[in-house]
Amino acid sequence: MMNQEMIVLPKKPRSNSLKKTLFYIITISLFVWSLDSVNYIGVMGTAAATFKAMMKGLITPDWAYLKDLSVDGLPYAVVETVTIAISGTFVSAILAIPIALIASQNIVGAKFSKIGKYIITMIRTFPEIILALIFIGIVGPGAPAGILALGVHSIGMLGKLFSESIESMDAGVKEAVESCGGNKMEVLFRAIIPQVSAEFISYTLFRFETNMRAASTLGVVGAGGFGAPLIFAIIALQWSRTFTIVIVLIVTVTLIDLLSGSIRKKLV
Amino acid sequence: MNLKQPEAIVLKRPSQLKKYVTIALVIIILWGSARFANFSLIDIIENFHQAGRLLKQMFGKPAWNYAPKVIPPLLETIQMAIVSSLLGAIVAFPLALLASSNFTENKVINQITRFILNIFRTIPSMVLASLFVAIFGSGNFAGVAALFIFSFGLISKLLYESIEAIDQGQVEAIVSLGGNKLTVLRYGIVPQILPQFISYTLYTFEVNVRAAAVLGYVGAGGIGQFYERAYAFRYFDRVGIIVIITFVTVLIIDFISSQIRKGLV
Repeated sequence: MMNQEMIVLPKKPRSNSLKKTLFYIITISLFVWSLDSVNYIGVMGTAAATFKAMMKGLITPDWAYLKDLSVDGLPYAVVETVTIAISGTFVSAILAIPIALIASQNIVGAKFSKIGKYIITMIRTFPEIILALIFIGIVGPGAPAGILALGVHSIGMLGKLFSESIESMDAGVKEAVESCGGNKMEVLFRAIIPQVSAEFISYTLFRFETNMRAASTLGVVGAGGFGAPLIFAIIALQWSRTFTIVIVLIVTVTLIDLLSGSIRKKLV
Repeated sequence: MNLKQPEAIVLKRPSQLKKYVTIALVIIILWGSARFANFSLIDIIENFHQAGRLLKQMFGKPAWNYAPKVIPPLLETIQMAIVSSLLGAIVAFPLALLASSNFTENKVINQITRFILNIFRTIPSMVLASLFVAIFGSGNFAGVAALFIFSFGLISKLLYESIEAIDQGQVEAIVSLGGNKLTVLRYGIVPQILPQFISYTLYTFEVNVRAAAVLGYVGAGGIGQFYERAYAFRYFDRVGIIVIITFVTVLIIDFISSQIRKGLV
């Protein structure tokens, strides 16, 4: 049993501890600095009543609104939201392909692809609500403005994912087609597209899921979908209608996630 | 040496029917969507000259003297994002443990936790914010509350997926030495997921900065309310300066944060 003392444990590495401590100090001080700005003004005097009314709204859905099949009803708004998400995603998938090609190192070379990557990052950073407002200024309020906003904003993510998938494809296939005498078009259709198409479709579907959520927010600024009726219901304190919309939103988004997820699983 | 003549290999072409049906279906869905949403390329091209006019109003001569007024709400936006992401991360940790099937070996608890997390993640933060404005009154507290809920939904989801993907061998090693749940957590799980955990928190912070910048639109604090005011009063030169400053800030934050994330994983 005395043998145990013979075991000399290796010394714990200490190189990282300074960096770690610094990291924690910075994080905590940032947090404290930020906490200062959050002014908790307390719940409003009417909060208890509001909350009670909200809970009542939660258990008494607005059936009339749910069953209203006209333009002012919920089903129309839901379909509109889905169509905005579908069209917006499609527009961005089309636009993202040329931009992704420009951003891919193995297509245009290292230097040029940097420029493409910068463009993609900038598009991704630009808030979609502001894009929506700009497009409302151009095409007027309504679904097309939402489609354009999603279409442009989603290039940021799709372009990045597309170019990553182009960069990681097997160059051998392309060389094989070339060595058999294939021209540029044949290289594109026989070597590049078959390799990346499954991933492209999968990413596009993934973006479609994200866009469903975004499309329901865009209505707040007037870009179509059920964002607008939702905000109006909240402002008018119509809690039954509010929660009917919120529940329908959750169900729709979840169903689309499941559907799109199952397609994506089959693809890759 | 009696090599048989190989039989001719007949390759049967797989049925193309499914492919064509799928393509037709996709085209119908796309066309139907565009029709329903009144999306027409001609309208857009016809109206495109307006884009030039609007962009010129916004960015042609931005109101630079308005810039100092934009800085305080911008800092407030960043502070909102910091508080909500960190609080979200703290709450996300135990929830992720409950949702991961290899730590909490109870299918029912896993599924219930995931279901709740899914619901929170599905409600857009804009909607949450406007609900909270109704309860807490307008101000950044409503925004922080909304972003906090969104943050823990997102971080817990990413985190429980990482916990489920850890190297189970290390956990088994600790269990075989007689470690309890807490020791497993401390020495088996945390060291494996800590870099990812920090990375997800930073990622959520990036998303939150972007979200916080627009939450002001429903009265939930941050730079969004300045934007809304300027837009409502048609001070497009001010809108321009707000957009430029927000954009540059978000770009810088994204850059720093992604640089740290690259170093982590």
